[in-house]
Amino acid sequence: MWRDATLVAGRDLRVELRSRVTLNQVAPFAVVVLLLFAFALDPDRGVLERATAGLYWVAVLLSALLAIGRSAALDESDGARDALRLSGLEPGGVFLGKTAAVTVQLLVLEVLLGAGVVVLYGAEPAGIGLLVATCVTATVGVAATGTLYGALVSGSRVRETLLPLLLLPVLAPVLIGATRAFEAALGSVPADGWPWCGLLAGLALLYSVAGALAYGVLLEGS
Amino acid sequence: MEPVVHLRDAVALLGRFPALAGVDLDVARGEVILLRGPNGAGKTTLLRACAGLVPIVRGEAVVLGTDLRRDPRAVRRRVALLGHASGLYDDLTVDENVRFWGRAARARRADVEAALRLLGLDGRLRHVPVGRLSAGQRRRASLACLLARRPELWLLDEPHAGLDNAARDQIDGLVRQAVRQGATVLLSSHELDRAQALADRVVELVAGTNAPTGAPVAAGDGEAARPGPAGAGEIADAADVAGVAGAAAVVGSSAPEAGASGGEATHVA
Repeated sequence: MWRDATLVAGRDLRVELRSRVTLNQVAPFAVVVLLLFAFALDPDRGVLERATAGLYWVAVLLSALLAIGRSAALDESDGARDALRLSGLEPGGVFLGKTAAVTVQLLVLEVLLGAGVVVLYGAEPAGIGLLVATCVTATVGVAATGTLYGALVSGSRVRETLLPLLLLPVLAPVLIGATRAFEAALGSVPADGWPWCGLLAGLALLYSVAGALAYGVLLEGS
Repeated sequence: MEPVVHLRDAVALLGRFPALAGVDLDVARGEVILLRGPNGAGKTTLLRACAGLVPIVRGEAVVLGTDLRRDPRAVRRRVALLGHASGLYDDLTVDENVRFWGRAARARRADVEAALRLLGLDGRLRHVPVGRLSAGQRRRASLACLLARRPELWLLDEPHAGLDNAARDQIDGLVRQAVRQGATVLLSSHELDRAQALADRVVELVAGTNAPTGAPVAAGDGEAARPGPAGAGEIADAADVAGVAGAAAVVGSSAPEAGASGGEATHVA
């Protein structure tokens, strides 16, 4: 399974390197979202600073929808789904590989957005370790859930609109946990954020295991 | 000898519509079977069912010794289905696509290289993104992905569609080559002269079903498609297939018309 996961992750990342969708479309979209928040809240700088953590993760989630949709569409193109089913690849491995590829793309995006909130919102990170741990755990959770739901809606003709409708409510716990952990990391008591980070790690594990087990059924059904 | 494909009263549904409504079919190892019939007859569904992609909901369905109704996944990794879609990723090069699908199927590196060489994709085309290929080149890349797996059963759905004569000859050469190495082939094609020249038997489908066997309707000599020892030898090199393709062109030009003599044929009403 791990071998298959590595193979699929490598393929998805290679496709991304060639197409540069994350770089040329998702990243600019994320920056525009950050800018719009800044325009909307700039008259009251205090609100912007207090809301930095939440705005950051809302921007991440909105951008993740694009990356997840793109990842799901990759295996919809020109018979790729049938080829996957015939390939002999373990469905769990395909799921983990796709999750890993989306995770890498989102982490790169989060670094860019992190620089954005420092410049635009005046954020001053205190707990770097907590920030990194939060980003990794929350992103794995987002990517795993997104990959699973991407496969769930892949057979639908309205998948582009259905995906955010189904996915965003499920990601609410991740949004809450990541925002609280970030608030602690950006404030004066980073230690308060670690329990939230632990919750995120638990969610990431839960979503990953559930996804690896369910992906085969979704691959067959869609 | 146990048949490679054994279907008895096989029923498959597409939604609630019975796309296969009780098909009987037995295919021996090394045979080339042409599925014939009008559009909507169930040829594509039958090929996809034999690949384990469309579930058989009633009847017997054993492919390569495995009960399709119990374990379709065990069959999938041993068959190659060339369908209407290519299964390729446009942003990846030919080389990357063939390597990816080859590694997914645990193919040997030498077989991947041989497949690229055999399909004439080992030169400049190797590093071209698939999205920039012509339809014929894309078909060849798709075939290379399948060939690298050295499948035991080839399921070819309109393999000649959209190709020029040279590419069609190449596909015919590949079929003959695969059968010489012990593979079995089921194909559907509207290029009847060409396909009948390849086939040992013709099975006709109408409205998702077939009729009692016996009435010969068409036959190819299938002479280049005689099986050798299963899995024997390496994948042939390009020169080998070029020669076979040339022979195929000759055979094709003198192929018997439907109803002419040759191998056994099965007419299904």
